[in-house]
Amino acid sequence: MRQRFADYMDRAGRSTIDAMAEFGLGAVLLWQSLFWIVMGHRRAQPVRINATFERCVEVGIQALPIITLMSVTIGIMLAIQGIYSLRVFGAEDQVVLGVGMSVPREFGPLITGILVAGRTGSSLAARIGTMKINQELDALMVMGVNPIRFIVTPALIAMTIMVPALTFWSEIVMLIGAGWYIGLDLGMSWAAYIDRLREIVTVDDVLHGLKKATLFGIFITLVGVINGALVKGGAEGVGKMTTRSVVLSICAIIVTDMIFAFVATRS
Amino acid sequence: MSATAVVHEGPARTPDLELVAMPSVIEVIDLVTHYGSREILHKISLNVRQGEIMVIMGGSGSGKSTLLNTLLGLVRPTSGIVRILGEDLNAISDVERTRLRQKTGVAFQGGALFSSLNVLENIMLPLREHTKLDVQTMRIMARLKMQVVNLAGFENLMPSELSGGMIKRAALARAVVMDPRILFCDEPSAGLDPVVSSAIDDLILTMREAMGMSIVVVTHELESAFKIADRICVLDKGNILMVGSVEEVRGSSNERIQNLLNRRTEAEILDPDEYLKRLTAAND
Repeated sequence: MRQRFADYMDRAGRSTIDAMAEFGLGAVLLWQSLFWIVMGHRRAQPVRINATFERCVEVGIQALPIITLMSVTIGIMLAIQGIYSLRVFGAEDQVVLGVGMSVPREFGPLITGILVAGRTGSSLAARIGTMKINQELDALMVMGVNPIRFIVTPALIAMTIMVPALTFWSEIVMLIGAGWYIGLDLGMSWAAYIDRLREIVTVDDVLHGLKKATLFGIFITLVGVINGALVKGGAEGVGKMTTRSVVLSICAIIVTDMIFAFVATRS
Repeated sequence: MSATAVVHEGPARTPDLELVAMPSVIEVIDLVTHYGSREILHKISLNVRQGEIMVIMGGSGSGKSTLLNTLLGLVRPTSGIVRILGEDLNAISDVERTRLRQKTGVAFQGGALFSSLNVLENIMLPLREHTKLDVQTMRIMARLKMQVVNLAGFENLMPSELSGGMIKRAALARAVVMDPRILFCDEPSAGLDPVVSSAIDDLILTMREAMGMSIVVVTHELESAFKIADRICVLDKGNILMVGSVEEVRGSSNERIQNLLNRRTEAEILDPDEYLKRLTAAND
């Protein structure tokens, strides 16, 4: 019994140390990326503009169809659920209030973050993991090319720009989806719906969502890169760490969202 | 039917006497490397002369890959000195290390070509990262190296479309595109059929002749080692058994070297009586 307890404590201790090491690695990656953005030119190793642009297209433009589809669906779902719940109080027309307050602050960033984590975070982890197994990271190092500057920094810049941009797009599409259903069910005109939204949604609400989205973008990148860099073994290792990357990214997004919501509702 | 001597028609090896007078480009002094608590390399000392092909040979687990990774700066030694082109690899700054790495090239066992870039882009990558040449000049330089390794015409293929031998050639072309002073090759013939393997060996000799670089080759392929080496360093369990010319290694009376040369494993050389005794002792 005592031995089992000791083993359990040993495992718990090791896991804690590993988790702390991963946090440390994340901080180093972020710091190094900022270093290369600022100092790259002085060191004659600037961050690659073309690669950053390619990552932006991959993270942002190529994700537009799925983000649009999911956002319009969730917008409609919010309207359906809102009308159904408010009907109990005979206050269906207040559904715009619920949609207007929740989409820019919560649903837009959250849904975009989760979709990007599943799509881009996993591909980042898989790409870096495969590069590690194929010794491509070693090849970069022995060529005198810093892998963080070469791989991580372009991805981080792209995610920091494109996740808020996608979030903004997602919010617009969600509100359009919700507006379409509200018009269909309650007979509210587009003009009335937009007027009501303009009364409810403030610039602060939109900025609140975009700030969160920026943080989500950074977290998804760091979690993807760390998990890719920790890949061991062959294809199985890549698969495991890719899954882990998605799970951890989504956890990080939800926890950050909760902290943000707590702080924002008290200020 | 008379026996016919096999003659390799590749470039000739540099005469040993000339090499002896050459300065060292790599100096390893009392190198000790650990993975965790396990000692992998034990007080290794070695030097590689300018223009020399040094083959590091040994069985599995002998420490040859760790030695190569330590020479490349991918593994930090526990103690000892690694001097590349006169600079202590573990005492110089990051900027100096980056500069030093531009004077060395590495061809990895699996090629380590970037799967998202085509062959030409892979070979051009070091030029893109370290020079301010215009794209057209970089293309010409990369194509010249592709001609040296007989890959002309395959510029636009992706790494996944190449055969094993072509991947090795492309990796060699990328490794030498900056005209390095030292070339490191990790198992250049591994996984190739004998004909392609022999062609890669010829290519290594040709590149030394053409570019005058020093080459360090890690391999367990005996035929390949004997064909290209000026000197061979035989590693066993983290220790250097001997460093010498091909003839010296072949003529060595060291039992472990002979086992390696004759591809005998520990199990095969075990005396049957001794084996029986061990079994009986285990049952007792």
